[in-house]
Amino acid sequence: MGKYIVRRLLQMIPVVLGATFIIFAMVFALPGDPTAGKCGERPCSPEFVAKFREEHNLNDPLPVQYGKYLGKFVQGDLGTNYYGIPVKDDLAKRYTITGRLALMAIAFEAIIGILAGVLAGVRKGRFIDNLVTVSTLFVISIPVFVIGVLLQYLFGIKWGLFPATVPSLEASTWSLVLPAFVLGSLSIAYVARLTRTNLVENLRADYVRTAAAKGLTKSRAVGVHTLRNSLIPVVTFIGADFGGLLGGAIVTERIFNIQGVGGYIWKGINSRDGVAVVSAVTVLVIVYLLVNLLVDLLYGVLDPRISHD
Amino acid sequence: MTTTTKSVAPASDYKPDDSGRLLEVDNLFVEFHTAEGVAKAINGVSFDLHQGETLAILGESGSGKSVTAQAIMGILDMPPAVIPSGAIRYCGQDLLTMPEDQRRRARGPEISMIFQDALSSLNPTFPVGWQIGEMFRQHRGMNKSDAYAQAVRLMERVAIPGAKDRVKNYPHQFSGGMRQRIMIAMAIALDPAVLIADEPTTALDVTVQAQIMALLAELQEERQMGLILITHDLGVVADVADRASVMYAGRIVAQAGIEDLYARPAHPYTRGLLESIPRLDQKGQTLAAIGGLPPNLTRIPPGCAFNPRCRMAQDICRTDVPELRHVANQDSACHFAEEVLNG
Amino acid sequence: MTDSLAVSVQPTAGEDVGEARSLAQDAWRSLRKNKIFWISVTLITAFVLMAVWPSLFTRTDPTFGDINNVRDTPSGAHIFGTDGQGYDIFARTIYGARASIIVGILTSLTTLIVGGVVGIVAGFYGGWIDAVVSRITDIFFAIPLLLGGILFMASFPNNPQSTPYLVIVGKVVLTLTIFGWPSIARLMRSSVLQVKPNEYVLAARALGASPLRIIRSHILPNALAPAIVVSTINLGGFIVAEATLSFLGIGLTPPAISWGVAISDALVAVRTYPHILLFPSLFLSLAVLAFILLGDAVRDAFDPKSR
Repeated sequence: MGKYIVRRLLQMIPVVLGATFIIFAMVFALPGDPTAGKCGERPCSPEFVAKFREEHNLNDPLPVQYGKYLGKFVQGDLGTNYYGIPVKDDLAKRYTITGRLALMAIAFEAIIGILAGVLAGVRKGRFIDNLVTVSTLFVISIPVFVIGVLLQYLFGIKWGLFPATVPSLEASTWSLVLPAFVLGSLSIAYVARLTRTNLVENLRADYVRTAAAKGLTKSRAVGVHTLRNSLIPVVTFIGADFGGLLGGAIVTERIFNIQGVGGYIWKGINSRDGVAVVSAVTVLVIVYLLVNLLVDLLYGVLDPRISHD
Repeated sequence: MTTTTKSVAPASDYKPDDSGRLLEVDNLFVEFHTAEGVAKAINGVSFDLHQGETLAILGESGSGKSVTAQAIMGILDMPPAVIPSGAIRYCGQDLLTMPEDQRRRARGPEISMIFQDALSSLNPTFPVGWQIGEMFRQHRGMNKSDAYAQAVRLMERVAIPGAKDRVKNYPHQFSGGMRQRIMIAMAIALDPAVLIADEPTTALDVTVQAQIMALLAELQEERQMGLILITHDLGVVADVADRASVMYAGRIVAQAGIEDLYARPAHPYTRGLLESIPRLDQKGQTLAAIGGLPPNLTRIPPGCAFNPRCRMAQDICRTDVPELRHVANQDSACHFAEEVLNG
Repeated sequence: MTDSLAVSVQPTAGEDVGEARSLAQDAWRSLRKNKIFWISVTLITAFVLMAVWPSLFTRTDPTFGDINNVRDTPSGAHIFGTDGQGYDIFARTIYGARASIIVGILTSLTTLIVGGVVGIVAGFYGGWIDAVVSRITDIFFAIPLLLGGILFMASFPNNPQSTPYLVIVGKVVLTLTIFGWPSIARLMRSSVLQVKPNEYVLAARALGASPLRIIRSHILPNALAPAIVVSTINLGGFIVAEATLSFLGIGLTPPAISWGVAISDALVAVRTYPHILLFPSLFLSLAVLAFILLGDAVRDAFDPKSR
């Protein structure tokens, strides 16, 4: 087990390097002048521009810039953004709120998605099954940003049930409910469908017949003997989906005006703030890879046929 | 806790009648309602089972032998299965009209079942000891550690080496024969009066087959269980069974003591099955096989269901369904039972 | 390790080629009877026709803005009404199909080709080639599709006035391909690993068949079906991704006509003029739905277990 984790962590190194380099290269290609607007109304003086470019290694070729950046990164220095604020301080605050948003979205996925999937699977072909099938298809086929804007309008503005925007960094859990639901909506639908499919398939398994022959109650045969097997792929999905969730946060945070990582990356892109974008995304990629490792380990716990030796 | 074979069982609500009869299947019908039509899987099956008796139910796949077993256990999926008529009486009480909860409680302590493929029949995600112990936890309200101790005892009883160390292993960590032993341990956990074994050795190697059959026979003897042994393999049951019922297209077509059945078959189908067993003393001869296929259960031919494959079929076989009747010490559902017996 | 599970749980997953062929026939037979399959095929045909030949559906010029009839509700003259610039929404919705359909179909094809080749190479050759190729796949897999798409499109922005339509669409296809192929590659690799140990493949190797021949006649027929199914379902996702990029203002931008552009324009005025949002959203959702249902139907046909 320990060996396996070490091997996986070692395998992660080239992946992180490769992914961050790709991101670095794209951000490096960001057009426009990063010093634009830094000196009030007037264009910046040549001295300022030279100093700025020197400070941020903008005159070096791409691989050198990347190497210098990486050197600082591994020492825990995420650099300062183009406004002179340390990226680390900014990111810590913003990751807190995005992390809360993502965890709440995952909670919605797990609770609503699995519940709906189980109900549909157990009552296959009945009304509740059709309801879940149709409503999940409905959610999957509507873009998240449409769902987001509509729910924001209906629940936030028209009926006033939830805050329509969450501009504060110290947002209450309540105010994040609606954005988290929107962020997780697509995955809730996928989790429900996946749970249903697996449950229906496993309910036909021989060991479920054995459970009946053992005189177990129906609820135990489903709840204990079938559900565990059916949830293994669901756990994998939720883990793999984590990356999509972080990407989706850009859209959701924009709709609800949340000051999270998504908003930070978006702002960084628009202000040509390379360091800010690269650092935010690098941390995001590392978090994503660690979550995937965690899911794989969990997989081994849930399914004894997998061994991590 | 080490060598006692019986666990402490509560007094049973069920008592066999004076003749020791445990189970009585009475004119049972089972249909499957599918999109392709109604498949008549069981068409009027009757038999009984006594304490300490081993009854073999023989037949090809699709003959209805597994459906019969699942109907007795009450684990048919209904729908698509429908039981339009018939009764299954256990110690005089009809299982089919019993409240579902009462019937469920009888599964395990009274009637128990083992299946063909132990790998798929055991849950892959729980330790085997947990699965055996579940019988005690769910039916007897035993705590987890006591249930594990019982599981070890049972695994020792079915001769699993190192039971104590292996009780927390998972099904995939055992060989096929060992897995079937675990299935058996689970089935006999609560000392059932009736044990149904559905093709218990089909998925195993020949040498392992013999060991498992011997174990079943030993347990049956020790506990005086009524054992129903379902198989398509006539060779497997010859040494073990007392009686045999031969099923074809959802009916019992022949029923006899095991010696009579082998020595003097009174139904052409039984004879065909016996002739298709390879024998050393007939080496070099062509192996006789029954021509044709078992009928499609949605379109069972009129008259005797076996008539399209029967060498002896006459006109009457295509119009009249032969009743099961007594012919010289055994039962046969053939219009020409006497001729078969003598010929 | 996921692969080892797949192999151990489904030891009979790879049938031989003869069986695969009859499997395809069986699949077709059950597809033919499936109403949902025909509904999705009909919808997809309609959308493809719209993309290729929009004037078949409407004679109205989608670029004619009627300043006197801005934000009209549906009426005889404009059956879907008009939008904020006085454009006829029906005409814009019909012409908007082109961008979504091109992006969806092209991206699915390119991801299938790139991911398929990479997955086959990794699975078939194994060893260090697999190790290297799989790590590269991991690298691209680690960057979420939408995030990668946003960065790429922001780094190579369009000039709405001068960049030709096809270049913009091509750029969207390119960026979605760059970050979309790894899932197909992983799927293909594990399919190949499932098929490879089968005896007929070993026999073909023993008989000296060339790798290309083994891949073409033994590996592809068995491994391709799941990849095609997933590509079809992904197609809907790509259409949504294109719309999302447009919503963020870095995908297609006006004057280009697309559902994504129409939707993001309409969202601004959703409170007062919901009909402007309704029609392009409805069409986009129907298109996404059609491809998902088609993929589902094909998968069910190939895998009767899941029914």
